[in-house]
Amino acid sequence: MAVFKEAEFYELSERAVTVKFGEGIDPVLHARVSQFMQLVNEQPFHGYVEAVPSYTGITFFYNPLKVIKTNNEITIQQGVIAEIKERIAQLDYTAKSGLEANKIEIPVLYGGEFGPDLHEVAHTNGLSTDEVIHLHSERTYLVYMIGFAPGFPFIGGMNERIATPRKSKPREKVPAGSVGIAGHQTGVYPMATPGGWQLIGQTPLKLFDVNRDVPSLLQSGDQVTFKPISNETFLELKERSEKSHDS
Amino acid sequence: MTVEVVKPGVQTTIQDIGRFGYLRQGVLQSGAMDTISLRTANQLVGNDENAAVLELTIAGPSLKFETDALLAVTGAGMQPVIDGKEYSLGVPLFIPKGQMLSFKPIKHGIRAYVAVAGGFDVPQVMESHSTYLRAGFGGFEGRALQKGDVLAIQETNNPYFNWMKEQARGVVKTLNWGANSLRLDEDPHQGIRVFKGTHWDRFTEDSQTKLIHTEYFLTTQSDRMGYRFEAEETLELKEAFNVLSEAVDFGTVQVPSEGKPMILMADRQTTGGYPRMAQVIAADLSRLAQLRPTETMRFELVSFKEAEDLYVQQERSMNERRAGIRLRWNECLKGVGES
Repeated sequence: MAVFKEAEFYELSERAVTVKFGEGIDPVLHARVSQFMQLVNEQPFHGYVEAVPSYTGITFFYNPLKVIKTNNEITIQQGVIAEIKERIAQLDYTAKSGLEANKIEIPVLYGGEFGPDLHEVAHTNGLSTDEVIHLHSERTYLVYMIGFAPGFPFIGGMNERIATPRKSKPREKVPAGSVGIAGHQTGVYPMATPGGWQLIGQTPLKLFDVNRDVPSLLQSGDQVTFKPISNETFLELKERSEKSHDS
Repeated sequence: MTVEVVKPGVQTTIQDIGRFGYLRQGVLQSGAMDTISLRTANQLVGNDENAAVLELTIAGPSLKFETDALLAVTGAGMQPVIDGKEYSLGVPLFIPKGQMLSFKPIKHGIRAYVAVAGGFDVPQVMESHSTYLRAGFGGFEGRALQKGDVLAIQETNNPYFNWMKEQARGVVKTLNWGANSLRLDEDPHQGIRVFKGTHWDRFTEDSQTKLIHTEYFLTTQSDRMGYRFEAEETLELKEAFNVLSEAVDFGTVQVPSEGKPMILMADRQTTGGYPRMAQVIAADLSRLAQLRPTETMRFELVSFKEAEDLYVQQERSMNERRAGIRLRWNECLKGVGES
């Protein structure tokens, strides 16, 4: 982990600038990202459109025609950077984190037809399937970012003891809600898509639903736990989430 | 107020300027590939610039109008045909009820845009009319048009439509003025301009020179998501490094490990994990969107400052275009211009 003394900026495009607070995948670094997201949400700068947090920083999208630039700045983007710097100066580095993380429990039916690779993950690591389930569900994970696909979480903090390489041949269709492992990462597929992750279970929750006010269930900075559930609970929760979709 | 899809075309989708505010939830921006043409088409029929239009690709659809409509077709790649007669791109066009609008391919470009006065009436999903093909939402039922689909046109009391209808007296009518996308770009030999991307310095000097001096061939594996290029020369990093996924933008030039550039387009993913060597300037995106697979192009390097200036200049031209079109219409309405 390396947190920079000073934030670094780089031009993504004429309407987007990325600010970086450090290097690597680290919860302390990410807490600063979340803290700054919150601060800019409360005090958007001139021309602000939206922001995308990542592992190490945030990309700010803005409307160049609405930015206020002073004569000291050569480019429009320097006007944006000046406003971002003013806000960074307000960050309280001593505060552990400016906000209480949102905690979300994801119920998972492990193994069986919903987790066809649970045995392979257990076998690869010399564990029983129960041990894999235990090691996967005992920790609290951090959602670093949402990207790649609607509602797709980049989750960190998995136990190394259940790390498993991707499947040598990707599946043509991975069902929505599948919980998988790819190397040192774990994740949940929000939609049915082709994919090479080792599938250990499935959640009945919808990670992404266009009919919700906030379609993505998870957001950058959330804390996630996985809770093993029975077949009956799975079916019951699944039915409930289908119904909420119709209403 | 409907239009029936008699033939769907290769890939015809509803688009507007795109979906904003949802990137952090992993939702793509989508929207028109050639936004200058989208905006021009809407300006010509008196719509809001962001109204829902049809984006046509390679080969256009056949659309039967069950209502009188004022429309404009902009962009490139094809031109409108009504009742066997060809019409120009970029002019206001009145089509009477019962007529069929179809398209004839032309040599240059690949995408055309059809705007109708009032706009196509599809529900907004996450504040946009744009079709998000992969996720299956937005636009018309989240997909490209199919044979038999019936599109609704928003009810409108557009004065230009009313005037054209009165003048047309039940037949097709066009005007002798207009505007189209490509006239904003004066030099057809101009390369696609880029500025240095986040990881430019991570590439060997030789590769930096190659990117600018190589003629790149646009492969047929190119679509709304990304443009993939082929060339004999490959681009190399000084040393391999790990790129953590983070936000990318329309026009980001990524270089995957095989060393061939790939440009992210309208349906790009929200985040990317490949080295970002360059960024196509905003002012050249619409021109790039009209490049056809199997055509070649070159990159040209400019500074970030130049890129910003060119963008501001293009926006100024678009404002002038809007004002000019309004003036023309007002002359028509007053009876001093077109008859």
